[in-house]
Amino acid sequence: MTRLPRIGVVTFPGSLDDADARRAVESMGGDAVALWHADHDLAGVDAVILPGGFSYGDYLRCGAIAARAPIMDEVGGFARRGGPVLGICNGFQVLCEAGLLDGALVRNASLRFVCEDVWLRVETAQTSVTLGLTPGELVQIPVKHGEGRWVATAEQLDRVEGEGLVVFRYSGRDGVLSDAANPNGATNHIAGIRNDAGNVVGLMPHPEHAVDPDVGPTGGQPLLASLLETALAGVGA
Amino acid sequence: MTIYTFEVLVSLKPGLLDPQGKAVEGSLPAMGFDGVVDVRVGKHIKLSVEAPDEAAATTQVHEMATKVLSNPVIEDYEVLAVAAS
Repeated sequence: MTRLPRIGVVTFPGSLDDADARRAVESMGGDAVALWHADHDLAGVDAVILPGGFSYGDYLRCGAIAARAPIMDEVGGFARRGGPVLGICNGFQVLCEAGLLDGALVRNASLRFVCEDVWLRVETAQTSVTLGLTPGELVQIPVKHGEGRWVATAEQLDRVEGEGLVVFRYSGRDGVLSDAANPNGATNHIAGIRNDAGNVVGLMPHPEHAVDPDVGPTGGQPLLASLLETALAGVGA
Repeated sequence: MTIYTFEVLVSLKPGLLDPQGKAVEGSLPAMGFDGVVDVRVGKHIKLSVEAPDEAAATTQVHEMATKVLSNPVIEDYEVLAVAAS
């Protein structure tokens, strides 16, 4: 019998999309494993998802407290060993706060909470979630956040752009970048980035909400399929 | 041991768009406050630390400010010592 990739989904106090993430993993053919923020244990999973929500009520800064939660010691070690880690929305904020990804997510330039389907232009296939995609390809995935504007120091921005660490940019459905297609005012239309090795990826849009054709776009499918495939390769184990 | 009380002021770095500040700024003229040219919204954290001396307490607070109370990517901070008891 073929082994199913085991994908851990961390639940922090205030996580909202952990159940959806587990459901999406299962629907894509993975084995979803619930992980708890207060444990020092990843239960031997092959990949980790940090889900969306409002961990610790977004107190202090979005993701700031969660980034210092006990399980983040293990997530950090797993990431440094090459294990696939995907941070979605609040999970992206957590990865930035934990120093596993560059930059920070701040309040949307419009001051408005945005909740809509957006188009993302894939910028690199060299990551654990874009293996099956081609640079320039478009996927449609929803966003829902009030603090998703990615910003960085000048040095970080140079590095992220210079070393090809941008994974997704908000674009029109024709792939063209514009302010109108940038839901939060993110620097250089950046929706998601990766670490140097490409095993750690964070993005504001929600691939776990875009796998079921009955309820909306399915742009999340190739991302999760890629994550499952990378997980099976067992890099982080 | 003495208890030292500090105030940590956290502000968005200059030049970083502060939509909250802009929203407050935009509301002020309607209330009759003219001449306001800039508003930035930050955080004020008051904390008390038990330590053998003020230097030790100050070192701890700066470490906390760097590691968690502020995010150096987007924020600056300032530590004010306000009381010892």
